[in-house]
Amino acid sequence: MNTYNASDSFVDNSSPQWQTQTEQIAHNIRLRVFKFVMQNGGGYLSQACSSAELFATLYTKIMHLGPSTAPLIPIPYAGNPGSTNPNYQTGGGYNGPHEPQYDRFIFSPSHYALVHYATLIEVGRMAEVGLAQFNQDGSTVEMIGAEHSPGGEVTSGSLGQAISQAGGIAMARQRKGETGRVWVLMTDGEFQEGQVWEAVQALSHYRLDNIGVYIDVNAQQCDGAVESVMTTEPLAQKLTAFGARTIAVDGHDVTALAAPAKLAPNGQPLFVLSHSDPCRGIPKLAERKPALHYLRFKTDQERQEYQDLFEEMQHKAQNHC
Amino acid sequence: MEIVKRPHRTHFPAWAADKPKILVLSADLTSSCEADLFRNQHPQRFISMGMAEQNMMSWAGGLAREGFEPWIHTFAVFVCRRPFDQVAMSIGYPNLKVRLVGFLPGITTPGGVTHQAIDDIGLMRLIPNMCILVTGDATEVESVLDVAHTVNGPVYISMLRGEVPRLFASPLKLGQARILSTGKDLAIISSGISTEEALRVQSCLKAKAVSVQHLHVSTIKPFTDPRIQDTIEQVRYGVITIENHSIIGGLGSAVAEVMATMGSSKRLVRLGIQDVYAHGASRPYLMRELGLDAMALIDAVESLLGQALNIEAQDLAAVRIDAVHSEAKAEAL
Repeated sequence: MNTYNASDSFVDNSSPQWQTQTEQIAHNIRLRVFKFVMQNGGGYLSQACSSAELFATLYTKIMHLGPSTAPLIPIPYAGNPGSTNPNYQTGGGYNGPHEPQYDRFIFSPSHYALVHYATLIEVGRMAEVGLAQFNQDGSTVEMIGAEHSPGGEVTSGSLGQAISQAGGIAMARQRKGETGRVWVLMTDGEFQEGQVWEAVQALSHYRLDNIGVYIDVNAQQCDGAVESVMTTEPLAQKLTAFGARTIAVDGHDVTALAAPAKLAPNGQPLFVLSHSDPCRGIPKLAERKPALHYLRFKTDQERQEYQDLFEEMQHKAQNHC
Repeated sequence: MEIVKRPHRTHFPAWAADKPKILVLSADLTSSCEADLFRNQHPQRFISMGMAEQNMMSWAGGLAREGFEPWIHTFAVFVCRRPFDQVAMSIGYPNLKVRLVGFLPGITTPGGVTHQAIDDIGLMRLIPNMCILVTGDATEVESVLDVAHTVNGPVYISMLRGEVPRLFASPLKLGQARILSTGKDLAIISSGISTEEALRVQSCLKAKAVSVQHLHVSTIKPFTDPRIQDTIEQVRYGVITIENHSIIGGLGSAVAEVMATMGSSKRLVRLGIQDVYAHGASRPYLMRELGLDAMALIDAVESLLGQALNIEAQDLAAVRIDAVHSEAKAEAL
């Protein structure tokens, strides 16, 4: 089992109570995103509900990351990558240095950016005030991030490309003899893209077992329920048929989420289906089904109802602490 | 004129032998893209990606991020059309050192519309950070490797295979057109296989006392060579571009942009594929049908001069004909 320096990991893994801490971080991620969505009069909220435990478990238990090398307050946008822009930096520094022993995090669904930023704040890799730059002109804290956004390592907003880029990174790291692994966060809707299956095919062909893909299976996408847009199920059977090591877990159970990452590599790429509830923690969202992708308030009354709900959650959280 | 058989096939593995970071990615067209000798000589550095170009492009981006230099070998249509978004987002935007080697430019293949890249240059020109090199002879097929290798960012190479003429003695230089003749009446600016065709009219025009400034261009992007503007300025009657590509988006468009920007009022005739699709037929047949041959060039010269030159097809140097089943071809396509 991996051992961690205190600076390597936010959660003290020697404590049997890591689950409690990770669950608390998940709760804080959800609350922080909710707060931000209320401030902005709308946003990507259901994604936080479905993936808060997944992000929290990745950053506190699954991934072996070094300390952040990036500024706590994100730098402003400094131009595109290019041969005339040598100062360009990706947001990968928030996940620690690129060293052989450390893991990498490739974040695919860029519209989850707010959840990702909230996670970086909750695990101490980004300052709370950094979120004030969200979706502001001239900022790197973009609404749908690119590789300069905090925590970004590749540009993945054109869905389906991140897993292939991660495959190339994993193959390169294997060729270089690096021990660190490559973790990818995806969503179930992405599996409609043909490129994703090309990538799974190649990962299996080359028996890359230094890569692990966590899928937030929330059964939701932009137009509504995945099964109404284009069925991706049975996802586990399809992945298994493609040669992947496939494990399904409860996406809100941090112990279950962490367990597959401890399995000894067996020559197959690892895919963990994190089955989740897009209304988790905010059951009122279910009233909006199937329009969960982006929360827009239809009336002032609806907005007030969500505001009351948020204040109730925040009050409970404060009393809890 | 010397004809070199499969220059890339032998030169590339020898050139790459002492460059361990160079990998070849192939999508089931390895011998068709003359990468089979590299595969045989450097099997550890050959990565078969199957018929899955979208994944291959993004995968190459991942390899490049980790310090490798992927050289993708496939047909130009499968570099530029099918995985355009992947090239733009996984390679172009992050300015990664991926070399996209595209074979079968334009009408060099009788493989028909699906295999003929009439739009590769135009599509790649649209991608910021992309450097574009077009080879026109065996010397350029060989020397383009050194040029591409030193570019700090992605490079698209329009590559020739099979029987390739050797026209030039000196290596390809980045951003530097070759001046093949000097003159004051009109300019001919050519690229790729069209340069061989343009060379065919040289002696006939000289005999008719038409003074031609002929440039061969191999760097299409960046398109900043001062020789282009100088040539446009010094000729009296106008400019002709000729390319094995659509007249939209390629060399002709690039020259038109330069002329418009510099405020030139001179005429421009763009020879190339006139915004139509090609079809499966031999190279000489398609060159004649689509107006890419030496006779089309003579017509364009007459148009600019406003006078008939009375040059007939038999006056032009004999057109080179490839054997349909030449043993030098990797396959019949």
